[in-house]
Amino acid sequence: MSDVFDRVKKIVIEHLDVEEDKVTEKASFIDDLGADSLDNVELVMAFEEEFDIEIPDDAAEHIQTVGDAVKFISEKVG
Amino acid sequence: MSDSVFPAGNLMKGKRGLVMGVANKNSIAWGIAQQLAAQGAELAFSYQGEELEKRVRPLVESLPGEPFMVTADVTDDASMDACFEALKKKWGKMDFLVHAIAFAGKDELQGSFTHNTTREGFKRAMDVSAFSFVDAAKRASAMMPSREEGGGAMISMTYLGSERVVPNYNVMGVAKAALEASTRYIARDLGPLGIRVNAISAGPMRTLAMAGISGGRTLMKTGKDWSMLKEDTRMEGVAGAALYLLSDLGHSCTGEVLHVDAGFHAVGVPDIGEEG
Repeated sequence: MSDVFDRVKKIVIEHLDVEEDKVTEKASFIDDLGADSLDNVELVMAFEEEFDIEIPDDAAEHIQTVGDAVKFISEKVG
Repeated sequence: MSDSVFPAGNLMKGKRGLVMGVANKNSIAWGIAQQLAAQGAELAFSYQGEELEKRVRPLVESLPGEPFMVTADVTDDASMDACFEALKKKWGKMDFLVHAIAFAGKDELQGSFTHNTTREGFKRAMDVSAFSFVDAAKRASAMMPSREEGGGAMISMTYLGSERVVPNYNVMGVAKAALEASTRYIARDLGPLGIRVNAISAGPMRTLAMAGISGGRTLMKTGKDWSMLKEDTRMEGVAGAALYLLSDLGHSCTGEVLHVDAGFHAVGVPDIGEEG
């Protein structure tokens, strides 16, 4: 779990160009980290690439916070 | 695509052109733009809306020379007028056009084509993905040098889903079929003017457009496993094809759909074992 969080965090920091301490499990991509709708798509693509998984659209719609992403990915790769 | 290598040279030196459809660093249009720039082309980039502008601007600013950006909504005549007016003011003439624009609603890029395609969705996919090339070709050709002065060249981007059925590609496949047919008709009309018009049919790549297609990752994997070269379509290959078609290397080639997909398009049955 923590490994997934660290990898997700790294992608989010790089992609959204945000401070490390802002990327908490509760942080919302749009509300807290300044993502726009295309950022969300690009982040999902980056997660798919990093973890070699497919994140279907209906699942992607529910990934709104860093924690949501970590949870979904952990279940997929776990 | 940071590991892509685009060979430098002078094949596009003195040539100016518009690239439509860069969305981010993974865009096929961006790979093509980098290759053309490395060969000396002067580039303009059209974009639509703030979300895209903020992605395209840093990319464009990373290029050598004086590339510039111009806003263009391909569904709006006034916006297209303004876009080409800006090009005319800046350059006077232009030598080439790269069209890499398409759109279909997410709901129409999954499941049943027959049941999920709406009249509005069909019209919009056709307008943004196919008619926009006809319109841009008309405008761009009016700015191209005469046949005696070298003419011009244009490319559009298409995908195998136009020729064969690809799951979930649906209305976009139909729009791409219209785009390919348009490419041929435009090539006929502009041929006497010394303007060559071709399409590149690239294999699946990890672009924003791909993210809109349900099951995109499966498409990528199948594309690789079934391909003759057993590899993903590489940006260098697509950009190299664009360089060929848009430079003087492409003399005599027009009305063509060039497949750059590791051979996938020609495979009838995938490998069935060592003995084959």
